[in-house]
Amino acid sequence: MLVIFDKVQKSYPGGRPVLRDVSLSLDRGQTLALTGESGSGKSTLLNLAAALDTVDSGEITLDGVALSQLDDPGRAALRRTSLSLVFQQFNLIPSLTAGQNLSFHARLAGCHDPDWCAHLAQRLGLSDLLDRYPENLSGGQQQRVAIGRSMAARPKLLLADEPTGNLDETASATVLDLMLALVADTGAALLLVTHSHEIAARLDRRVRLSGGLIA
Amino acid sequence: MTLTVIQALASHWRAHRLQLATLLIGLTLATGLWSAVQAINAEARASYSRAADQLALGRFDELHNPAGPIRLSRYVELRRAGWQVAAVLEGPFRVQGRTLRVLGVDMVAYPALPAVTQMEQSGTPPDPADMLTAPGRLLTTPVLEPLLAGQTGLPPSLISDALPPDLILTDIGVAETLLKKPGEISHLIILPDQPGSIPPLSTIAPELERVPAQEQLDTAQLTDSFHLNLSAFGLLSFAVGLFIVHGTVGLAFAQRRGMIRTLRALGVSMRRLVWLIMAELSVLAIVGGILGLVLGFFLAGALLPDVAASLRGLYGAPVSGQISLQPQWALSGLAMALGGTFLASGHALYRLSRMPILSGAGLQAWRSAASGSWVVALAGVAAIAGGILGLLLFGGLVAGFVMVAGLLVGSALVLPYALSRVLILFQRSAKGPIAQWVWADMRAQLPGLSLALMALLLALAANIGVGTMVSSFRLTFTGWLDQRLTSELYVTAATDQQGQDIAEWLNPHVDAILPIRSVELAHSSGPLFLYGIIDDQTYREKWPLISSSERVWDRVHDGTAVLINEQLARRENLWPGDTLAITPTDTLTIAGVYSDYGNPTGQAIVSMAQLDQIAPNAEARRFGIRVAPDRATDLAQALRNQFDLPRRAVVQQAAMKAQSMQVFEKTFVVTSALNILTLGVAGFAILTSLLTLWTQRLPQIAPIWALGLTRAELARLELLRSVLLAALTALLALPLGLALAWALLTVINVEAFGWRLPMYLFPVDWVYLLGLTLLAATVAAALPAARLLRLPPADLLKVFANER
Repeated sequence: MLVIFDKVQKSYPGGRPVLRDVSLSLDRGQTLALTGESGSGKSTLLNLAAALDTVDSGEITLDGVALSQLDDPGRAALRRTSLSLVFQQFNLIPSLTAGQNLSFHARLAGCHDPDWCAHLAQRLGLSDLLDRYPENLSGGQQQRVAIGRSMAARPKLLLADEPTGNLDETASATVLDLMLALVADTGAALLLVTHSHEIAARLDRRVRLSGGLIA
Repeated sequence: MTLTVIQALASHWRAHRLQLATLLIGLTLATGLWSAVQAINAEARASYSRAADQLALGRFDELHNPAGPIRLSRYVELRRAGWQVAAVLEGPFRVQGRTLRVLGVDMVAYPALPAVTQMEQSGTPPDPADMLTAPGRLLTTPVLEPLLAGQTGLPPSLISDALPPDLILTDIGVAETLLKKPGEISHLIILPDQPGSIPPLSTIAPELERVPAQEQLDTAQLTDSFHLNLSAFGLLSFAVGLFIVHGTVGLAFAQRRGMIRTLRALGVSMRRLVWLIMAELSVLAIVGGILGLVLGFFLAGALLPDVAASLRGLYGAPVSGQISLQPQWALSGLAMALGGTFLASGHALYRLSRMPILSGAGLQAWRSAASGSWVVALAGVAAIAGGILGLLLFGGLVAGFVMVAGLLVGSALVLPYALSRVLILFQRSAKGPIAQWVWADMRAQLPGLSLALMALLLALAANIGVGTMVSSFRLTFTGWLDQRLTSELYVTAATDQQGQDIAEWLNPHVDAILPIRSVELAHSSGPLFLYGIIDDQTYREKWPLISSSERVWDRVHDGTAVLINEQLARRENLWPGDTLAITPTDTLTIAGVYSDYGNPTGQAIVSMAQLDQIAPNAEARRFGIRVAPDRATDLAQALRNQFDLPRRAVVQQAAMKAQSMQVFEKTFVVTSALNILTLGVAGFAILTSLLTLWTQRLPQIAPIWALGLTRAELARLELLRSVLLAALTALLALPLGLALAWALLTVINVEAFGWRLPMYLFPVDWVYLLGLTLLAATVAAALPAARLLRLPPADLLKVFANER
C-alpha cells in the first residue's frame, strides 16, 4: 500500500476531536474521494497525509515511511519529493509567471524535466499562457497551472482539496478530466476531498467522514 | 449615529494595536527630532535676543574708526563739541582657559542697562562711586562669579542675571586695564537726543564712520547659516518620520475599506466619514505630537551644551547651555505634527473619499497603486532636475537647499522603480527555483516596503553625504592646521614690553621668532582683521594658499601686495590681481588667497612694515616660535620660569591643535547625532513595514511551505529578503550620498560659511555604514522571522482552509 492511515486521531487545540480512530489505505494508481459535511475532518485528514500537520495518535505511513517519525525538515523533504497538493484557492505564487509556477515544484524537488513540463502545459492547454502572471489568468486557467505544478514533480501521491470548488461547471469538468487523466498516466494515487457526489462517483473509491469517523 | 461610527472606526485600532503604536511612534519620532532642533534654534535665538536687549545692541547708531581704535582724545573732543556719545571698549578676556568677553562702557554717559538698573534697585545698591573709581566693579552672571572669584587681581564682582552668558560688564576705565588697552575705544554709540547745533562729523572727526543701527551685523545674522543647517537636518528627520506615518495610515485606510463600504451601505455619508476620519487623525497627531515634544525637549537638552560650545567657539555667540520650555515652541511642534499627519495621510484620505460605494478593491489595489510606477519615477526625475535648475538660475543658500531637497526627494521617488528594475535583472539571472522566487517575491513586496526603503535611502544618503563632508573637512582641517600652526610654541606676553623682552631672550635659543600682530579694521564688507608677518621661510613653505600669483611672497614683503582669506575672497569676489582697499588711503593688489577654516570674518595679511604703517599701535605680545620639536617642551618651561608666565601663556603646537580639533568636533556633534537618529528611524520604518505587512505575508509563504520548505528555511529567506533589499538600497544610496556631499561641500558650505573644501572619499566608512545598515535590516526583520519560525502549522493551514 502506498498510504496507510492507522487509527489516526486528531483534535482541535480546544480538545474537540476532529478525527477518531480513522483507518484506511490507498494503493498506487488508485483514486479515492473523501466526502462529508463541513467540519467532518476531510481537510484535516488531507493535511495529515500531506505532512502539513501531525497526528495526536495513530500513524500514517507513506511509501513505507512513518510520518510521525519525521522531524520538520523530514516532513518538508517528503512534501517536496513524494507528494503534491492542489488547493481550492489555487495558491499559485503571484510573483512568478504561469510557466515558472508550473515547473516550480519539480525544480524544488530537483527533478525538473523541461520536456515533461512542456508536455503538461500542452495537455493542460497552457502553452500560450506560460508568460502570464496568475492575476492575468482565469480561475480555471489558474487551477490548471496548479495541477500542472502538482504533476510536474511526478509525485507518488496527489492530494487535492476541493480542487473545483472555486470553478464554474464547465471549468470544473475540464479540470477534473485533466487531473484524472494525468494521474492515470503517471500511476500516482489520488486522494481528493469533495462535497460533490458527481465528482466522487468518478473516482475508484469513496469514503465518507462524519463527525471524525468513517461512516 | 456619530458615536456609533466613531466606535466602529476606533475598533480598527483596537484590533491593530501594533499599527496604532507604529503610527504614534512615527509621529513621535518625526515631531521629536524636528522639535529638538527647533528648541535648540529657539533657545539660541532667544539668547541672542536677550543679549541684544541686555546690552542695548543694535539700538543706536555707532561711530567706528576704519583704521582701528578710536583715540580717547577724539571722544573728549566730540563730547566738548556737544555730541552726545558714549564710549565702548570691548574685547576677549581669558580666565582659566575660558574665553570671556569684557564690555566696558562709559557708565556715566551710556544708557542705563538692565543689569545696572537691577543693581541700583536691589536691597543693597552699590555705591556708584565704587563702579567708577579703582579698583571698580565687575558685573557678571551667577555662573561666572565663582570663576572670577578664584582669580587674583580682579576687581570685586557684582552678580546680575540680566547679562548674557560669558560676559563681564564694567566701566570703560576698568576694561582698559583688564584688556590692556589704555586710552583705546572700540566704538562710540550716538545717543538719541542730540542738540540741534553740533558741528558735522566730517569736520570734527573725519576719520570716523557712522554705522546706522539697522546696518550693524548682529549675532543672529552671523549664525543664520548654522541654524539653517540644523533646521535642514531637523526637516530631513521629520520627513523620514513621516514616511512611517504615510505607510501606516495608507495600510490602515486600505484595511478599513470594507468597513467604510459597509458604513456607507448602512447610510453614513462619505462627507461625515471623511470628517470623522480627519478628527481621528487630528487626535492621533496631537497625541503623537505631545509625545514628540517630550522627546524633543529631552533630546534638545542633551544636545544644547555642545551646540552652545560650538556657537561660542565659532562665532563668540552667547548661548546658555540650558533649554527652557517656550509655549510657541510647543505650539509650533504640535502644528508640525498636525500638518505632517495630514500631509502624510492626504493622499490616502483623498482616495478613500473617492472610493465608489460598490468598490471591491482591497489591499491589493492599495498596494499596486502605491507601487513604484514609472510616473512616480518621472516625478522624481523632475524634482531632481527642478532643484538643479533652481540652483543654476537663482544661486544662493536657499536655492542650494532647494537643490539638495530636490535631489533627496526626487531620488526617493525614483527608488521603487530603480529597485524594481534591478530585481528584474537578478530574477532573470537566477538559476534555482528558490532564488527565482526570492527575487520575484522581493519585487512583489516592493510596494509595501517602498516607503520604508525610501526613508532608509534618505537616511543613508544623509549619512554618506554628511559623513563625507565632515570627514573631508576633518582631513582638510587637520592638514590646514599643520600648515597654519607651524610654530612649535605660541607665546602670549602680558604687555608689549614683556613681549619685546621675551623676543630678545629667545633670539639666541631658537630658529625663528614669528610675531603675530593684528588690528581689527572696519571694512565695507564687515570687520577685517589685518595681520602683519615678517619674511620667513616658514610662510613661504607652509602657508595654505589656494590661489596665488607669481612672486606672491616677494610682493607681499615689498609692500605692494596683500593676501586675503577665502571667506573675504568669495564674499567680495576678490581674487589675485584684484585690489583691496584696506583703509581709505591704503589700496593693495591681492597676490594670493589662503584657506582659513572656522573663521567667519574677513582677514588679510600684509608685511610687518605695512602693518606698522597702518596700525603703529597694534599690540606686539604674541609670537610663534620655531625651534627643534624635541626642544619645545624644555624651552616652554624655561620661558615660563624666566618671565614668570602662566602656563596658558606658552602653548605647544600639539595643545593648540588639540584645542582646535576639539572645537571642530563639537561643531559636528549635533549633525552626527541627528544622522544616527535618522538612520535609527529608518530602521524602525523597516521594522514597522515588515510587521504591518506580516498578515499579508502568510498567503504568500504558506504555499511555499506546503511545497516543501521548512519554516526555518522560510524564516531565513525572510531575513535574507530584508537584508538584500537594504543592501540594494544602500548601494543606490551611495551615489546619492556622494552627490549630496558634493552639494554640501561645493554649494552649501560656500554659501553658508564662505569656504570651499576638497572632497575626499572614505570607502572604509561606506563599508562600516553598509554593515550598520545590514545589521539594522537584520534586526528589523528578526522579529517577523522569529514569528514565522515559531508559527504553528495550524496558522499556516488556515491559508488553505476553504471556509476562510
